[in-house]
Amino acid sequence: MGSLELRDTPLASNVSLELHPTHVLTDPLAPAQSPGPAPPPSCPARKMAVSSVSCGRVRSCRLFLGVRVSLAPRQALWKASTIELQTVSRCQILRLRHTTVVTTKKNVAALRRETYTVDFIKKQIEEFNIGKRHLANMMGEDPETLTQVDIDDTYGKLLNVEKHKNQLQAKDLFSEKAKTKDLIGSRWLIKEELEEMLVEKLSDQDYVQFIQLLERLLAVPGGATGEEFVQRFRRSVTVQSNKQLIEPVQHDKQGRAFSTSHGKRKSAKAEAVVYECGSGGIQVNGMDYLLYFPVTQDREQLMFPFHFLDRLGKHDVTCTVSGGGRSAQAGAIRLAMARALCSFVTEEEVEWMRQAGLLTTDPRVRERKKPGQEGARRKFTWKKR
Amino acid sequence: MLKGMTRLFFRVHKLDPGHFLHIGTQVPQSLAAHLDNQVSIESLRPISRTSENDPAKHEEQHEGQHYNLPLQDMKTIFPHGLPPRFVMQVKTFNEACLMVRKPALELLHHLKNTNFAHPAVRYVLYGEKGTGKTLSLCHIIHFCAKQDWLILHIPDAHLWVKNCRDLLQSTYNKQRFDQPLEASFWLKNFKTANERFLSQIKIQEKYVWNKRESTEKGSPLGEIVEQGMTRVRNATDAVGIVLKELKRQSSLGIFHLLVAVDGVNALWGRTTLKREDKSPVAPEELALIYNLRKMVKNDWEGFDALDPFIPILVSNYNPKEFESCMQYYLENNWLQHEKAHTEEGKKELLFLSNANPGQLERLCAYL
Repeated sequence: MGSLELRDTPLASNVSLELHPTHVLTDPLAPAQSPGPAPPPSCPARKMAVSSVSCGRVRSCRLFLGVRVSLAPRQALWKASTIELQTVSRCQILRLRHTTVVTTKKNVAALRRETYTVDFIKKQIEEFNIGKRHLANMMGEDPETLTQVDIDDTYGKLLNVEKHKNQLQAKDLFSEKAKTKDLIGSRWLIKEELEEMLVEKLSDQDYVQFIQLLERLLAVPGGATGEEFVQRFRRSVTVQSNKQLIEPVQHDKQGRAFSTSHGKRKSAKAEAVVYECGSGGIQVNGMDYLLYFPVTQDREQLMFPFHFLDRLGKHDVTCTVSGGGRSAQAGAIRLAMARALCSFVTEEEVEWMRQAGLLTTDPRVRERKKPGQEGARRKFTWKKR
Repeated sequence: MLKGMTRLFFRVHKLDPGHFLHIGTQVPQSLAAHLDNQVSIESLRPISRTSENDPAKHEEQHEGQHYNLPLQDMKTIFPHGLPPRFVMQVKTFNEACLMVRKPALELLHHLKNTNFAHPAVRYVLYGEKGTGKTLSLCHIIHFCAKQDWLILHIPDAHLWVKNCRDLLQSTYNKQRFDQPLEASFWLKNFKTANERFLSQIKIQEKYVWNKRESTEKGSPLGEIVEQGMTRVRNATDAVGIVLKELKRQSSLGIFHLLVAVDGVNALWGRTTLKREDKSPVAPEELALIYNLRKMVKNDWEGFDALDPFIPILVSNYNPKEFESCMQYYLENNWLQHEKAHTEEGKKELLFLSNANPGQLERLCAYL
C-alpha cells in the first residue's frame, strides 16, 4: 500500500482508491516527473515500484476514458464526470506519486472494457472509509480525527518493522530459552477446562483460534512478560517416565546370580531365567533353541536383546513357553529375556532398551472376524450382479 | 526324528601282510612336518588348513583343520556318496576340503588299531541334524580307500525306502519287491569305486538268471555287476548276490571290507511305498533292504563275542572348529558381508547357528 491521496474535497471522497496493477506498468528507472497542474491523460507518469497506487488523476483518466466510451448516452453523468475531471485537475497534490500508463493498444482495450459505475465508486469510497476507521482503532487513535499524515506514518512504520525488530534485538529483549523450558512438561488446557475457566460456551474453532493466539504470543520476541498470563492456561504434565520394574537378582544354590521374568505375545506366554555368567546357550522347554526354532527368523528374535546390549556370549538362559505359534513364542521369549536382563544392566541401558521397544508388550492381538465379512478385514467377493 | 545314524563296519580277519601295512602314502611329509612345527609356534593366528592330505596321518594336532581332497580321488571314491550341499560347495570353491574332527579321528584310531583276527566291529555315528555325520563318514571312507580297502558304500538308505517309482515283484522270491532303478544305479557306482576288486574276487556259486543266462562258479564278481547293469530287471538280485559273496569271502582275508551305510535307520523304519492296492510295504518286503539287513546283522562268523556296536557321537563345532570354519570361508571369499570379519559378526553367526555345521553353512550361503 502506498500513501493515500485523499483530500477533503467532495471530489476526493468520490474518488475511490483502487489498485489495478494490471492496468498500470511500472518503470522504475525513468526519472520522476514534476507534477503538472493538469497533465493530459496520455502523459506518462511515474509510479513507485512497490506501491500500486492509482492517483486521482489516473483514476480520472480512466474514468474519462471509460465514461467516454460506454456512458455516452447518459449525458448527465458524462457532464458530472467532466466536472469532476476539471475540479480534480485543479487539486494540488502534495505527495509526488506518478504512475506510468503505457498506452499500448492492449491496455487501451482493457481499459475500455472496465466500466466504473458511480455505484462502484461509491462502494469503494465507503470501504476505504471503513478501512481508515479500522486503522484508527488499531493504532488506538480517534477514527474521526485521523488525518492523512497519521495514515502515512502508520504505513511508514509498517514498512519499517524489520528495522524496528533489529533494533529490539539489539536491545536484547529476546529470551526464548525460558519459554521453551516452561513449555516442556505442561500442556494447553483442553476445551472443557477452558470453558470451565471462562464460564462460557466455546466452539471448536474458537478454542483452536485461542490456542493459536496464545502460541503466537509466546513466539513474539520479548514475550517474557506475557508468560505469566499464558501460564494460567497451561497445566503441568507429569513426566511419564515408564519406570521399568527391575527384577531383583536372585542367587541359586551354587551361588550363581540369575533373574526371572515373564513375557507375552499374542497368545503365547513365556518365562525366562537368565543366568549371569554363561556361554550363551539357550534351552527352551528343555530343548536346544536350535532344535526348537529351526527357522532363522525366530532365532534372530532371540538374539536381539543380547545383540543390542553387546552381551552375546555372556548369559545362559533357560525358558519355558506355551501357547501361540512359532513367531509368537519367539516374541514372548524375547520380551521375557529382555525384562530379565534389566536386572543385570545399568539404568541408562534399560532406558535404551525401552526406547528400542524391547520392553514393551506387543499389544497386537488377533482381530475378531466380523459377520458379513470373510475375515477381520477381507470382504466377500464382490459380484456386480 | 532329528537323530540320524550312520553306520559302518568292516570285516577284519587274517590278511595279507601286504595289505595290512600302510602302503600308498604319498609325498613324504618332511615338508609337512616342518610346516606343522611352524604352525604350533605361531598358534595365535587361527589356521584353517593343513597340508597333511593323507587321512592316515591325521592326528589330534590337526583337529579343526581342513585338508584337501584331490578332485580325481573324489570322482573314484565318491561317485555318489557326498551330500548335495557339499558337492555344490566343492563346485563353487573348486576344491574339496574336509574338516578333521574328533569323531572321525576317534574312528580312525579304532580302525588303525583293529585286530583283523577278531570279527567285524560295528560303529554307529549318531547325532543331531546337521552336525556332520555324513562328512565324517566320507572322511573315513577316504582313509579306507587310501588303505586299499573294498568299500561298500550306500549313500543314503532312505533313498531306497521312499519315492520309488517302480516296484517289481521279485523273480527270486515272490513275496519281495525289486527296485531296478536304485539297484542299477548303485551297481554302477559300486563299479566305479572298486574297479580293481571286481576282477580279483571270484564267486563261489553258480547263479542262474533265467533260461538263457547264468553265471558260472569261479567267474569274477565283475560279471555279476555287469549282468545287473545290463539286465535291469535282475539288478536287485545282482546286488543281493554281491552282498552275499562279499560277506562270505571277506573272511578269507583277501581284502578289507568296509560297509558304510548312511541313514541306517531307514532299514528298520517305515517305507512310504505302497502296493497297487494301496497297502503299505514293510521294509522286509523290499529285496534290497532285506539283503542289506543281512549284511548289517551281526551274524558274521565269530560275531558273538563282540558288542552290537560302538556308538560315536558327532556334535556341533567347538569354538576352535568354529573359528577354523569361519577362517576357511573367509579365505575363500565366501562371506561378503562387511561385518563377517569382525568379532561381533562372528558372535552373531555363532549364536544364530549355535555352532551347528549345517546351519552355519546355510547361513553363510546368504552372506
